[in-house]
Order: sequence, then structure tokens, then C-alpha cells
Amino acid sequence: MPKLRHIRFVYKPIVFAACLMPFVWLLAMAFELGDLDLGANPVEKIQDTLGIWGLRFVLVTLSITPVRQLTKMNWLLQFRRMLGLFAFFYVAMHFLNYLVLDQTFSLSLILEDITERPFITIGFTAFLLLIPLAITSTAGWRRRLAKRWQQLHYSVYLVGLLGCWHFYWQVKKDLSEPLIYVGILVLLLIPRLLKWRQQLRPSPAGEASRD
Amino acid sequence: MLIRKAANILPSEITPEQHYLNRRRFMQSAAVAGTGLLLGSNTSAQDIPKQYRRFGNLLKSPLSTSETPNSYEDITSYNNFYEFGTGKEDPAENSAAFQPKPWQVTIGGEAEQTGTFDYDDIVGPHPMEERIYRLRCVEAWSMVVPWVGFPLGDLIKRMKPTSKAKFVAFETIVRKSEMPGQRSRVLRWPYIEGLTIAEAMHPLTIRATGVYGAELPNQNGAPLRLIVPWKYGFKSIKSIVRISFTEKQPPTSWNLSAPGEYGFYANVNPAVDHPRWSQKRERVIGANLFAGKKPTLPFNGYGDQVASLYSGLDLTRNF
Repeated sequence: MPKLRHIRFVYKPIVFAACLMPFVWLLAMAFELGDLDLGANPVEKIQDTLGIWGLRFVLVTLSITPVRQLTKMNWLLQFRRMLGLFAFFYVAMHFLNYLVLDQTFSLSLILEDITERPFITIGFTAFLLLIPLAITSTAGWRRRLAKRWQQLHYSVYLVGLLGCWHFYWQVKKDLSEPLIYVGILVLLLIPRLLKWRQQLRPSPAGEASRD
Repeated sequence: MLIRKAANILPSEITPEQHYLNRRRFMQSAAVAGTGLLLGSNTSAQDIPKQYRRFGNLLKSPLSTSETPNSYEDITSYNNFYEFGTGKEDPAENSAAFQPKPWQVTIGGEAEQTGTFDYDDIVGPHPMEERIYRLRCVEAWSMVVPWVGFPLGDLIKRMKPTSKAKFVAFETIVRKSEMPGQRSRVLRWPYIEGLTIAEAMHPLTIRATGVYGAELPNQNGAPLRLIVPWKYGFKSIKSIVRISFTEKQPPTSWNLSAPGEYGFYANVNPAVDHPRWSQKRERVIGANLFAGKKPTLPFNGYGDQVASLYSGLDLTRNF
């Protein structure tokens, strides 16, 4: 296991910078650095890039626990909050882009979209569900909420599910890409489902692992 | 607003002298050089790769819109052509190997003149016109495109359809080796489309052979495609190899694929939403980043010319 000091002052800044890269890339395209540009439909490019990275970060965050259990690299847990907050960052920017550049603040149309377009309803719900998770991600909130913190944060599975569904439903025809994300989500859910089933059975040892 | 840089011009791209006269003629006829500056469409003749032959003596059409066309770059780098992939940048990226020459079209069904014709037999007798049309995609984005082509009706008249011909069916080429998208089963190949005979004969409906005064690039449906400007873009079938006159309404690709989402008519209609998204407004390609969407017009703004084709038809049910 790497030293805590190294995690804090070396690995975390590196991971932070890496997580920011998709956003930096978008900015580079928006300002047309080098040969880069946002293409013929910049609003869509921004929207799709932010959305897909939001979903990717949700899934990466969800993968920390199973990867940790498989590899016994417990220090991976040190990165979970940062990854989760990046998921929130990209999803929030995705929503903001929808609000400002895509819908130009026309509230009646946004309201119609959210209530009448199921894929937008689902995406919006996922965004709302992420807000309390981001707020309560601090150590203080974790302490204050104690046991309920874990219960609250289980909703991130629902966010992953809604995120995949949102992606699946907005695609016109070619479902192969959204299905890859659904596959990854299912893969990440299997160890949890197995564990929850075990916990539901009265176990003779009476021991449930915490996380 | 984002300002695009002009592409660096390599010495090899400087127009040879023999093309120069053609280009001047193109500039005069296409009338894009002047208007292009108004809204930032900065397409000039140099932007069009020189392998695409220029059409001379294009006729102007009163059916053209006065709106500013999108740049050549936007028109040729952002479109749907599932034969080359499902992403909107895929057609431009994956179509280089496609060979649109030589080309033949088979005409069949309820007509006197049927058989297989060379491209020149199909296109040759018709004077080429410039038709600047709005294009509205079912995905709620839109462009203005300066097509080159001729009225489909003029071709149909030459083929002398019989009184049984109530519909016209079209078919795209199948060439898996050159069209990588056809290796996937995302749609059934060949791509098929159809129009009523009245729609096909309408003066707005054209067989397009070019864009911006030059031959169609592969990604835009070379060498021959349909353009029906009051319908969603997917009706304007590309790279056509077969035209059949039929008595019954022909099946169409997107309708077969998702009948609840895409109808036979597919007229642009802001009052009938796609089941999953709104059709009330459209994203204008090439507009300012902060411009928002603009309202979509019934029949894509061509209602005065075409609404009478559908009198008595319930357009909500016949979407």
C-alpha cells in the first residue's frame, strides 16, 4: 500500500488532473486550439461529451468497491469521493449546458421536456439524486448521518441505472454503445446483489462486512 | 460566436488554370460568395475538393430559399448516412473507398420505359439547376443546402408511368465492401424509401447530383439522391440504384425499423412530436453557440406549395 502522504500529495493531484481532462479537452475544442473544434453542432458535442463522462464517472465510482475487494487494494477507497464528485461535476455541467445553450433558459419548454420526454425525466431525476450525495460527501456529513449515510449513498446505484436508461432512450437506433454501459453496470451490480442476498439470509457467523 | 480559421492552403491545392474559368462560372451561378459573408458561412470554391467536377451553367430556381446556405464543411461533415456508420461524422470519415462511378440505375414497375440506364442517360437530358433548400432532420437539427439537381418529375415523365403507378419506390445501393455501415444490422439493407406519385411529381422534389455547384461527395449520397425538402431528411434517400413505379404503397426503411416513430409520409410537422423528443423546434447548424433553437415550421416552411397534397388526410395519424 502506498503511503498516505503519497496518496494525498502525489496520487490525488494526478488523478484530479486526469479527471479534469475531458473538460479541458472540451475547452480546447471550444477555443479551437490547434486543429480542434466542436464540429458542425457544437451544442450537441458539448452535451454528449459532458453526459457520457458523467455516466463514466458514475460507473468508475461504483467500480471502486468491487475492484478493491478483488485486488485487496484498500487504498483505492481514498479516491472514491473525488471520483464521485467528478461524476456530479460532469452531470451538473451536462444539465447546465442543456439549460443555457440547448434550451436558452426557456422555462416553459424545459418544463415540457422534463414532464413529457421520458428520457429527459429520467436524466433529470438522476441529476437530482446526485445532489444530496454531493452535499453529504464531506467527512462531517458522513459522521453526522452515521448509519443513514450509507443508506443514502446506495442511491448511486439508481443513478447509474437511470443514467444508462437515459442514454439508451435518447439514441435514435444504434443501441450498441448504450448497451456496453448497461453491461458494465450489470457487471458492477452482480457482486453487490450476491452480497445483499447473503445478508438477507440469517448467517451463523452474524457478520456483515461494512462498506 | 466561434470564428473558424480558414484551412491552410497547400501549394498542391491551388486551383490549376484550366479550372479557373469553371470556378468563375460557379461563383457567378452559385451566388454564395457574397451572401456567405453575411452570416459567417465562409465557403468559397477552394473549400470544395478538386476531385469533384464542377457543374457549368447552373440554372437559378425561384423555388430556392434566400436564406444563407451552411458552409460546405458543415454540409459534408455532419449528416446521417447509416451505410457508412451511425455517427454524424461517420459518413465523411468512412466513405472514401466508395466508388460512385460508373453508376447505373434500374427503372422498373408500372412504366413504359423500364430497364437499366447509365448515369448519363438518367441525368444527361436534364439541365442542372441550383436549388437552395432548407433541410430538417428528424433529430431536430436543420441546415440550408445549395443542392444541384433537376426535377424528379421531369425524369418520371420520360419514363412514362402507366395509370397503375400510384407510388414511386427507391432503393440505395448495397456494397458491403465499400459501405462499412452495411456490415452492421442496424437497419435492413438495402435502404428503401417511397413517395406517392403526386409527391414525386411535385416541382420541389429533385434528383440531386451535386452540392455547392460541384458533384456530390460520397458522404452526401453520390452520385444521385433524392431531395424532398418538406419531409424529414431520412426520406431523401441517397446513392439510388433502383426506382420502381408501384400500385401499392412501398415499404420504407425507418418505418419498418420503428413503425411507431417513423411514418411513411414523414412530413416535417411541429404539431406531431417524435415519441421520444419534441419536433417543435430545431437546432440550426452553423448558428451562434448561444442562438438557441428556432421554431420548426409545418412542412419545413414549404406549406404554401405542398399542403394541398394532403388535404383531407389526418396528418397526426399519417405522420
